[in-house]
Amino acid sequence: MASARRREVIVMGGSAGAVDALATILPSLPADFSLPIATVVHLPPDRVSDLAGALSYRSAVRIKEAEDKEPLTPGCVFVAPPNYHLLLERSGHLSLAVDDPVHFSRPSIDVLFESAALAYGPRVLGILLTGANEDGASGLLAIHRAGGQTLVQSPESAVASAMPSSALLLEPRHDVLPLEEIGPFLLQLHRTGWEA
Amino acid sequence: MTDAQDPNGEDVELELHLLLESIYRKYHYDFRSYSEASLQRRVRAALVHFGCPTISRLQERVLHEPSIFTELLRYLTVQVSDMFRDPTYFRAIREKVVPYLRTYPSLKLWVAGCSTGEEAYSLAILLSEEGLLEKSLIYATDINPESLRRAEAGIYEVERFVRFSENYRLAGGRGSLSDYYTASYSSAVLDRCLKKHILFSDHSLATDSVFAEVEFVSCRNVLIYFERDLQDRAIGILKDSLSRKGFLGLGMKETLRFSAHADSFHDFSPEDKLYQKL
Repeated sequence: MASARRREVIVMGGSAGAVDALATILPSLPADFSLPIATVVHLPPDRVSDLAGALSYRSAVRIKEAEDKEPLTPGCVFVAPPNYHLLLERSGHLSLAVDDPVHFSRPSIDVLFESAALAYGPRVLGILLTGANEDGASGLLAIHRAGGQTLVQSPESAVASAMPSSALLLEPRHDVLPLEEIGPFLLQLHRTGWEA
Repeated sequence: MTDAQDPNGEDVELELHLLLESIYRKYHYDFRSYSEASLQRRVRAALVHFGCPTISRLQERVLHEPSIFTELLRYLTVQVSDMFRDPTYFRAIREKVVPYLRTYPSLKLWVAGCSTGEEAYSLAILLSEEGLLEKSLIYATDINPESLRRAEAGIYEVERFVRFSENYRLAGGRGSLSDYYTASYSSAVLDRCLKKHILFSDHSLATDSVFAEVEFVSCRNVLIYFERDLQDRAIGILKDSLSRKGFLGLGMKETLRFSAHADSFHDFSPEDKLYQKL
């Protein structure tokens, strides 16, 4: 791992299959989970979504749609609203933006991850899940280069492997875990106090 | 070490801060209280465009080559807009706000942050269909002179009208959007009768103040680019511009809830992001 500094925020992104992946990961986390999680999931633009509501069903952690300039509070999962980019501010707040789509996506995982790398550097844990395009790969690389921790869902355990594979092609040193082990891995870090 | 080492976040923040301070001191455009994260992204895109390896290098060029600044403004400001964007918003104006607007002998409206003009024209079309355009004046303001020029021309790529027309229909349009423009080759120009009721002009919510009293302000997806303090300044200007019982419309993910001015407004139709000044 590039740095021994304590992690303070988790960013997570995925596309095809990611709703199910999150529904596997998030129920593993306790209500007093010690870090905030900011999430981007690509959804078809015509699908009016209550992703936060759908994921809340079986989860103890609080899951909500991200609001502009909302403080990034621990133990909460913030989901990017459809048609808005989600970014992390150095001040510890979330921002929304309607800048052009990236990789045909708004929200874009690269936008979230790159903002996290810049604002939080080595204090970020970035997790890239299943997906059918390459959004997120360069953002995860930015987190890695900034000294953050990076984790990719194993392409074999992904509904669509293009996204994790693109990330590993750019940087083979990302950690790799099968889907079922990501939740327990986060729980372990939560219990040991996020020292890398 | 084979890895390219990115400069650390603190250095980039310092460079951005210095660039914005230079721009403010030399050109009087104030981006200093804009949300940093998306501004950093847009500045990075500008670095690529200008072939500058660092923000400091861009700062040097901006200070010594004024022509660069106009071009840089295109990156610093966000020019994403559609006609009748978020159709439910326009439908709500038509169904819920227009009945109030009808009661005024004359109307002034303000589109704050109009970018290339799509929303101002949408509002003009809506007013026209409700029989209110003849007694209306729409102020449409932005900080980017190039956007204002394009807005004033009212010429858009013809292929965008597919989406515009669909939005117009969903927004409760009474006719066909093609009634309001003339297409030739790859572009379409909006009608003069709409334009003569719109006054495009330069105005900054960061540095300017109230310039008119209006009955309706639409300021959408502008506040999300501001930090909290600037959001409050901007909302204060919008509030002071509104007549009593005037209406404020915000972007679909913007809210007055956290604002210092929240108590000055009534939640007229919060799901449509429409507020009424008390």
